[in-house]
Amino acid sequence: MGRTWTLIRRRLLQAIPVILIVSIGIFGLLELAGGDAVDAYLAVTGGGDPAFAERLRQQWGLDAGLWVRFLAYVESLVTLDFGWSVVMSKPVSVAILERLPNTALMMGAAIAFSACLGTLLGGIAALRKGTAADAGITVGALVLNAMPSFWIGLIAIVVFAVKLAWFPLGGIASFDRPDLAIGRVLDVAWHLVLPVTVLGLAYMALYVRLMRSAMIETAASDWVRAARARGLPRLRIVRRHMARPALLPVVTMLGLQAGNLLGGSVVVETVFAIPGLGSLAYDAVSQRDLPLIAGILLVGTLMVIVVNLLVDITYARLDPRVTDDRVRAGGA
Amino acid sequence: MLKVRDLAIRFAGRSASEAGTLAVDGIDLDLDRAQVLALIGESGSGKSATMLALAGLLPKSAKTTGSVLLDDRSILHLDEREKSTVRGRRIGMIFQDPGGSLNPVLTVGDQIDEVVRTHRRLDRRAARAETVSLLSRVGIGDPAARARAYPHQLSGGLKQRVAIAAALAAQPTVILADEPTTALDATVQAQILDLLVNLVQVEHVALLLVTHDLAVAAAVADRIAVMYAGKIVERRGPEQLVTDPGHPYSRALGQAALPFVAAGDGRHAALPELPGRMAEAGGTACAFAPRCPLAIDRCRAQVPPVVPFGDGEAACFRAGETAQ
Ligand SMILES: Nc1ncnc2c1ncn2[C@@H]1O[C@H](COP(=O)(O)OP(=O)(O)OP(=O)(O)O)[C@@H](O)[C@H]1O
Ligand SMILES: [Mg+2]
Repeated sequence: MGRTWTLIRRRLLQAIPVILIVSIGIFGLLELAGGDAVDAYLAVTGGGDPAFAERLRQQWGLDAGLWVRFLAYVESLVTLDFGWSVVMSKPVSVAILERLPNTALMMGAAIAFSACLGTLLGGIAALRKGTAADAGITVGALVLNAMPSFWIGLIAIVVFAVKLAWFPLGGIASFDRPDLAIGRVLDVAWHLVLPVTVLGLAYMALYVRLMRSAMIETAASDWVRAARARGLPRLRIVRRHMARPALLPVVTMLGLQAGNLLGGSVVVETVFAIPGLGSLAYDAVSQRDLPLIAGILLVGTLMVIVVNLLVDITYARLDPRVTDDRVRAGGA
Repeated sequence: MLKVRDLAIRFAGRSASEAGTLAVDGIDLDLDRAQVLALIGESGSGKSATMLALAGLLPKSAKTTGSVLLDDRSILHLDEREKSTVRGRRIGMIFQDPGGSLNPVLTVGDQIDEVVRTHRRLDRRAARAETVSLLSRVGIGDPAARARAYPHQLSGGLKQRVAIAAALAAQPTVILADEPTTALDATVQAQILDLLVNLVQVEHVALLLVTHDLAVAAAVADRIAVMYAGKIVERRGPEQLVTDPGHPYSRALGQAALPFVAAGDGRHAALPELPGRMAEAGGTACAFAPRCPLAIDRCRAQVPPVVPFGDGEAACFRAGETAQ
């Protein structure tokens, strides 16, 4: 697959300026915000005299001029050493790496869930255009989309965790972890059901709407009429000639959504007490842990870049007309 | 073999109270194996509606009456399941826009494979072998490699050849071709027509060819039916239709096309622009009367019946007369 490798190389090269701009932006924002890790540290530890603060600043290299600090910042990025997190009392990179798998798992599952279900329902709505089923699906998805996810999350906890006790109240795993690996996997999956469902349902409307309109269009295409004239079975026409070409805008949207989902995970992780990047970001922001914020933002950027790369590869596989930068230009 | 009697097609109006459009107003057609019947006529005269009705592809908003018999079996009012045994398998269809009739995200080979596999229960490899042989039968060089190409990688002429191969894949006995060459360059048009005629001669399929082009019709057809406002106004052999048209509308078509027919050099004229608009189908007068140089009072009061004329028939009170 030479085409795929070309695409990967091109996208990775394009990612370099993106990461540069984001990191400069983060540095600039932190400068403008004022206050530094020493202030945050002193606020947490209960203060100290100015001389002690000055000593700490010297120790942590925070007393130098803007340029020196910027270079130190760039160096820390290149060496992937984001500094010390006061909130977590450990290196930022360690704090992030501990949390990253939980969020990646939850986000991945939520994206997959909302895209799959949304696409399926959107396709059904398109095939049943103008019927009660169509209206039900479209309106239902919009209502779910309009309700705040923390509220759906709380309702879900009350109903399915407290009243019915089908699912745990929160967290990512039980305290007394099962011994077998398979047991641990199932345990995590069991913990993820509610948060993934809540996050996924909230974002489903988008996929419903995209798939519905794209499939109404492909259903009216000349190639579908030709496929009918060739006597192909209806199910085959729906799958290969209507649904498949209609997936293109859905895949495009997956990439655009990746960033939004990270934002949504902040709320859902907090509601379900999941130790992930979202709740870490919440702690970092509320306690002004600047190095941690910077690290999370950068890792978030990297995640969005990686997801988009996967999306581009998928898109190129689905649409043979795409070979170069016209990728996704014609999408949504 | 294909026998159409008194076929009428009405598209529903926007509301229930509206009468809708009468697209086809009671036509008869007969087509036999290894024969070419050309259907020509002005835009909106109901040619495509007729083709779609034969293929069972009309939208639900269209109501049809009359009968269509294929090998003595009625195929007009079948349910979807029965239709799928006729479509592709008994009747293949070729459309005007060769690019549009191919799915852009599947290789052309895949799109022929699936027809072969649907109708002939072959496994994947046997189906691909059949696809490659179909592609070579429609004159595509290096068919195995071309089968792996996507539609956008092929020229318009090649795409139309692929569409023809897909229409032939289930070995139908009737091919409906709705302006199969209109969207193509002149030289490619001639090649595709040659291919179609060749298929009729070699594979003995019956071809119903819709065209705007009298010269094309005269060159390839055994019989020509001239359609005007939903009715067939003349039905003749190609030579007589060109040299001695019965209906004034056919004469108007012929006057523009004659030099090209005589020259036989592959240049073709489109249908000439006639002054005025085509009348609605289904009136109580001759629909052509408002534009006819020969029209008399009777033409405006009565629908002219079909009468024998030359080697065929014409629906005109003054068939064969010329304006002085
Ligand atoms: N889906 C439809 N709904 C309503 N009316 C239609 C529909 N399709 C065709 N018609 C009408 O039926 C009549 C015949 O149309 P048709 O497409 O058969 O003409 P045609 O002879 O193929 O013309 P052209 O040479 O332009 O292809 C026209 O008056 C047209 O407006
Ligand atoms: Mg037409």
